[in-house]
Amino acid sequence: MPEFFLPLLTPILVFGAIMSLVPMLVLGERRIAAAIQDRVGPNRVGPNGLFQPLADVVKLLFKEEIVPAGVDKWMYFLAPALAFLPAAFAFTTIPVGRGVQIADLNMGVLFAITVTSLGVYGISLGGWSSNNKFALLGGLRSNAQVISYEICMGLALIGVLMVSNFFYDVEAGQTAAVVSSGGIVELQSGSIFNWNIFKQPLGFLIFYIAAFAENNRLPFDLPECEAELVGGFHTEYSSMKFAMFFLGEYIAMVTMSALTVTLYLGGWDPGFSLPEGFLGTLISIGAFVVKVLILLFIYIWVRWTLPRFRYDQLMGLGWKVLIPLALFNIFITAVVCLLMG
Amino acid sequence: MSRLKDPEIRQLEQNPEPRVFLTEEEDELGGKRMVLNMGPQHPATHGTLRVVLVTEGERVVEADCEIGYLHTGFEKLGEYMTYTQFITVTDRMNYLSAINNNVGYALACEELLGIEVPERAQVLRVLLCEISRIADHILCCGLQAMDLGAFSAMLWCFEEREKIYDIMELVCGARLTTSYTRIGGLFRDVPEEFDGKVNQLLKGMPGVLDELETMLIGNRIFEDRLHGIGVIKKEEALNWGMSGPIARASGLAYDVRKSRPYSGYENYDFDVPTQTAGDSWARFVQRMAEMRESLKIIQQALAKLKPGPINVENKKMNLPEKADVYQNIESLIHHFKQIMLGHGVQPVRGTEIYTPTEAPNGELGFYIVSDGEMNPYRVRVRPPSIYNYAMFTQLTPGCMISDIVAILSSLNVIAGELDR
Repeated sequence: MPEFFLPLLTPILVFGAIMSLVPMLVLGERRIAAAIQDRVGPNRVGPNGLFQPLADVVKLLFKEEIVPAGVDKWMYFLAPALAFLPAAFAFTTIPVGRGVQIADLNMGVLFAITVTSLGVYGISLGGWSSNNKFALLGGLRSNAQVISYEICMGLALIGVLMVSNFFYDVEAGQTAAVVSSGGIVELQSGSIFNWNIFKQPLGFLIFYIAAFAENNRLPFDLPECEAELVGGFHTEYSSMKFAMFFLGEYIAMVTMSALTVTLYLGGWDPGFSLPEGFLGTLISIGAFVVKVLILLFIYIWVRWTLPRFRYDQLMGLGWKVLIPLALFNIFITAVVCLLMG
Repeated sequence: MSRLKDPEIRQLEQNPEPRVFLTEEEDELGGKRMVLNMGPQHPATHGTLRVVLVTEGERVVEADCEIGYLHTGFEKLGEYMTYTQFITVTDRMNYLSAINNNVGYALACEELLGIEVPERAQVLRVLLCEISRIADHILCCGLQAMDLGAFSAMLWCFEEREKIYDIMELVCGARLTTSYTRIGGLFRDVPEEFDGKVNQLLKGMPGVLDELETMLIGNRIFEDRLHGIGVIKKEEALNWGMSGPIARASGLAYDVRKSRPYSGYENYDFDVPTQTAGDSWARFVQRMAEMRESLKIIQQALAKLKPGPINVENKKMNLPEKADVYQNIESLIHHFKQIMLGHGVQPVRGTEIYTPTEAPNGELGFYIVSDGEMNPYRVRVRPPSIYNYAMFTQLTPGCMISDIVAILSSLNVIAGELDR
């Protein structure tokens, strides 16, 4: 194979995997929800309902496309794409296996965080442009929510970077800061106790809660909030444009889980030393996928268990509880690093 | 001045001006306030209600309700139907607990006619009323959870309700619109499997309630969403004529089953739980507590259920057996007299009665006036929902849009009962 095909192969494989994971995730969500609710769930299409995602996609594609009167056409069409793309972009910097990464940017973590927060533009533009008050409220809520929880997330991330760089300094005697996701995973490999979750338990909790809010999942699903805002920001969307929002939400879930795994759960590290060569790479990819699936299961589990917050309570939790806790986490980390170094 | 002569009101009736919610300075382009139209088709209204909210951002400044989207003319229908025919209409009032309406109406007619139903019919009525009360309450609790986002809890509640409806189906063949009572008794006796089914329900129910409590009452988010939302004070509950779980959640220990016992409720040992807070949370807890009391009543009623007739002996009141009608001239005449126009149940001219019963949502009263014909002269229904809903606009100012949903679901407004 010519050399220049290799860099193309990884993106194709990774994006192909995500795009095929998402429909399965939707099916998984429906089956898990059914199990929680004492139901059977979709089991008619194909063996055990396995082809249900295909049926869903066909249904969504063939639905009538309705553009309500008075919409801001440009933004209305742009929003679904904006909701969908950033989450997929963020995946580029995530190492899915040993040496399997689309782009190991030297500030990969910052890139991922920045790009995922762009996803909110899709939601707020969708809410703004669809000429519907419920959608507008959903979009506004989403803005406020993402801004507040982004801060928690960033502050929690500082803890990880501090810990990573501290050990980096000690072990390798280097002074350059590690902000690349590949580097952070590299530092966590070898033993299960190297994982950042053990060094940053509080940080992990804050990051994971903020990830729920960032993805607009219950208990933070205020932007769509079907009980009061009908459908929230996507009330006026139908057919494939609705599917894009849907797809964006699920890809964002996968990306956020992958990011959490990368930052806190050792990334592709299976917890033991990997054999050399292709086999080791395969095992590392497997370990990564299993961890991501576990986190995705928790997403679904929480969604079908908890009620949702009210808008002011959500803000209160973000600003009055999580941000002070994240600052406290940074402080403790700094003190410990100082004492140990 | 009487209402009809007031020129201003007459003008309004002839040419109603649309209500203006926002002045020009505060309109949407000014960016200060917004009018949000919730309903008549909105997931939170659980029926067809319309609530118009004036909001400042997320905060509600003013709310206005509009009812009448499910207007059915039940009361007027009562004037054109015979006393027995109207039973089917009562099903549709509070369609979540049809039996309670059936019993309420049958009791009113029986008091009007001055007849007493046999022991077994009374016990069965109590038993089925309480089962139906559980079905109503558990659905209300589930919907309250669903409106706050806990969808799974709602489906668990629905499952239990389906089990209860299985019992209803066994008893009268219908799940929702039961039409089980007749004037002077019941439509038919319960089948043999009935006891077993009820015992099964009695065994399973406490576990389900416990599960719901651990899932919701122990949940901080759920608690925070409901505490202090839609507070109804005891005096307010009294002044606005509230009843049922909503009044009791405000500390008003008023229960028709205790204050004016009917169908032998005085012989059952049960408490009337009350709360003091009067908020949405208290109403949720109140309904959970009432379900446990209902279970107690069901248990006692099941023990009291002895074989016997289920209809009064009076052949002028209930239809004879079909086999008798074909064989026996007496029965044929009775059947004819019951069914044909201008005959049937005819209370004495000029008698009137108001009979309250304790329906799941509160006091359900039927006021019936007879003019000696086969149709009532007037059937007036006092449904609990409209009195419970009346204060809604007073509860909303200052709360968030999300709280509107929490208040609405805790009031458990049944649109079919609101607009008769």
